[in-house]
Amino acid sequence: MELVRSHVLVCGGTGCTSSGALDIEAKFAEELNRHELENEVKIVRTGCFGLCEAGPIVIVYPEGAFYSRVTADDIARITEEHLLKGRIVKDLLYAESVEDDVIKSIDEVGFYQKQERIALKNCGVINPEIIEEYIAMDGYKALGQVLTEMSPEDVIDEIKKSGLRGRGGGGFPSGLKWQFTYQAEGDVKYVACNADEGDPGAFMDRSVLEGDPHTIIESMAIAAYAVGAERGYVYIRAEYPIAVNRLEIAIEQAREMGLLGEGIFDTDFNFDLEIKLGAGAFVCGEETALIASIEGERGMPRPRPPFPAQKGIFGKPTLLNNVETYANITQIILNGSEWFAGIGTEKSKGTKVFALGGKIENTGLLEVPMGTTLREVIFEVGGGIPNGKAFKAVQTGGPSGGCLTDEHLDTPIDYDNLVELGSMMGSGGMIVMDEDNCMVDVARFFLDFTVDESCGKCTPCREGTKRMLEILNRICEGKGVMKDLETLETLSHSIKDAALCGLGQTAPNPVLSTLEHFRDEYVTHVADKKCLAGVCTDLLQIVIKDGCIGCTACTRVCPVDAIIGERKAVHVIDQEKCIKCGACIDKCPVKVIVKE
Amino acid sequence: MKSLAELAKIREEALKKVNIRTDRKGTRIVVGMATCGISAGARPVMSALINESQKRNLTDVEITQTGCIGVCRLEPIVEVYKEGMEKVTYVEMTEEKARRVIAEHIVNGQIVSEFTIGATEK
Repeated sequence: MELVRSHVLVCGGTGCTSSGALDIEAKFAEELNRHELENEVKIVRTGCFGLCEAGPIVIVYPEGAFYSRVTADDIARITEEHLLKGRIVKDLLYAESVEDDVIKSIDEVGFYQKQERIALKNCGVINPEIIEEYIAMDGYKALGQVLTEMSPEDVIDEIKKSGLRGRGGGGFPSGLKWQFTYQAEGDVKYVACNADEGDPGAFMDRSVLEGDPHTIIESMAIAAYAVGAERGYVYIRAEYPIAVNRLEIAIEQAREMGLLGEGIFDTDFNFDLEIKLGAGAFVCGEETALIASIEGERGMPRPRPPFPAQKGIFGKPTLLNNVETYANITQIILNGSEWFAGIGTEKSKGTKVFALGGKIENTGLLEVPMGTTLREVIFEVGGGIPNGKAFKAVQTGGPSGGCLTDEHLDTPIDYDNLVELGSMMGSGGMIVMDEDNCMVDVARFFLDFTVDESCGKCTPCREGTKRMLEILNRICEGKGVMKDLETLETLSHSIKDAALCGLGQTAPNPVLSTLEHFRDEYVTHVADKKCLAGVCTDLLQIVIKDGCIGCTACTRVCPVDAIIGERKAVHVIDQEKCIKCGACIDKCPVKVIVKE
Repeated sequence: MKSLAELAKIREEALKKVNIRTDRKGTRIVVGMATCGISAGARPVMSALINESQKRNLTDVEITQTGCIGVCRLEPIVEVYKEGMEKVTYVEMTEEKARRVIAEHIVNGQIVSEFTIGATEK
C-alpha cells in the first residue's frame, strides 16, 4: 500500500473545468515531478464543491486548506511552499477562511456554515471516476442491506416514512409514487431518472452526476428492487458531456464489479441501466415527453391519466424520479427514515439543493435544510448583493416560477410556502436581482425561453405564450398601451387553465408574479415610456452631459456617425440616428456620456 | 464481487486511501521543513518516515511538514503527536533514527528518549 501523505483535490466540475482546472491538474503533476513529490502527494479530481464563484478550487489535505481562484501560475508556489515546506499560502486561500491571520476550517465560512450536505455528500470529496472511493464512503452498502435484509415492501415503507418528496419541482411524495409503481400490474417494469435539467441557471443535477454518479446507480437499483423492475434508463441532456462521460465510466465500473448485471450480491436480483441522451428540448423534462423521447418518438406530452406508474416507457409501469430525489435514497436507507424526517419542516422533509445565481456574491451550489429562510440563503450563505446594490427580487423555480420581493425574505423555503406566495421552489434555481434589473425585461426573458421551447401540440401554449411575448416586446419597445396589462393577465389565466402540460401551465407565472409585485414598472414602461432600471434600450436615450471636452473620441467610434461635434466644441448625439450601442459611453475619457 | 463481506473488505481498503480527507484521530508526525530544516537534511528524514510507515502498513498516521520550530541548531527536528501521549520532540534526526522512531515509538508506543530534545540538555 502506498503511503501518500497529502491529497490535493482539484474540482473537476464543469464550471471549474471551463476555468482551467485541467491545466491546473497538469501543472501540479509537472511541479510534483520536479520536486520529486509524486509518490507522496496524490492529485484527485473531484466533482463540484459548490462555491463556484471562487473557482477554480483546490483543497489540500490533511490540512484542509481551501485555495480559491487558482490559476496555473499559482501552482509552482503552492507546490514549493505548501506541499514541500508545509507553509500554507495564505494569500491564495479563500479570503473568508482567513481571519486575523488565523486560518478557519472551510466548514466555518459563511457559504458552508449553514449547509447540510446529503444529496451532495460526496461531491468535492471523492474522485467520481474511481468506484473504490465511492465504496469507501459507504457506497453500495445500502444496496447490499436492501437486497439481503429488506423486502420491497420494507423499502417502500422506509421511503414513505422519510417524507421524501420529488425534487424535480413537483414535490409528489416519492414513497407513494414507488408504491403505485410497485402495485401496478405488469410483468415488465422500468425505473428511470430524469436528468434533463432544462431550467436556465440550474445545475444541481449536473453537479450530482459529475461528482457522484454512483449514488444514482445505487439508488436506481434500490428503486428497481422495490418496484419490481430489472432495467433502468437515465435520460440525460446532451449538453452535459462531462456528466455523461462520468456516468458512463461509473456504469462500466459497476458492471465490472458485479454491482450491475445478473445476481447482484448473490441474490436473484438482476439490474442494469442505460443512458439515453436528450437533444436539447426543455419540454423533454416533462415526464410524458421524456418517456416519448426514450421510446424514440417526438418529445411531446400526452394527457394523464394514465400516469407513468401505470403506463410509462413502452406502455409498461415506470418509476420516473429526478436526479436529486435519487441522491437522497442511499442516505435514507443507511441512516433511517426517522433521521431524514427529523430534518426540514413538517410537510417538506430533508434538504434541498439550490443553484444560486444572478446578482449575488457567492454564486454556486448549496444544500440547506428545508425551512431555511430566503434571507438566510441570500444574505448569509449567498453573501449578499455585490457592489453595495440593493436587493430587488429573487426568482425561484426558473421559467415556471415567480418573483419574490423583500417583504417575503423571511419565508421558510419549502414546497408549499412559496406556492402560496405566487412562486414555487421548483427544481432549485434561484436568481437574485438588484436595483439594476428591469422586472418587465425579466418576465420577457423567461417568456422568450418558454415560447422557444413550446412543443406546439396544444393551442393555449403554442399560440398563447407567443401572443404574450409579442405584447411584452411591444411594451419594452415603448409601444405598449394600458390595455396590454389586462390582456396579459387574461391570457395568463387562460393558458394556465387550458395548457396540456406543465410547461404551458406554468409559463405565465413570471409575468403574473412581476405584474403583481412590480406593476408600477409595467405602468412606467407603458404610460411614461421609460425604463427606470436602465435596461430596455429602446426606452433609453444616450446623452452627453455637461463636461464634454470636445476631444472627438466618441465621434470617431460611433458606428452610425450619430455624434455631431467639432474639436474643442461640446458634442451632441443625434437621437434619430443613434442605435444605442453604447460604444461612445466606453470611449469618453471624462465619462460624461450616460444612458437615461 | 459477490458478497457483502467482499464489499466490506473493499471499503476498508479504500477508506485507508481517502480518510486523509476526513477528520480523523490518530498519530500526527510533523517534520521541520524550513530553510534550517531542509539544509540540515530534513527531506531524506521525511522520506524515511514515509517509507517506513509504508513498509509497516501503518494507517491513521499523518505525516506533514511545518516551518521553523525555533531550535535551528538541532535540526532536522521531528515532532510526534500521538493520541493519549504527550508531544515528543526528536532532534538531530537522521534516516536511521527516523526508522527507529517509527518502529519503537509509533508502532510499540515506546518513546526513544535518547533522540529527544530532553536528552541534549544532559
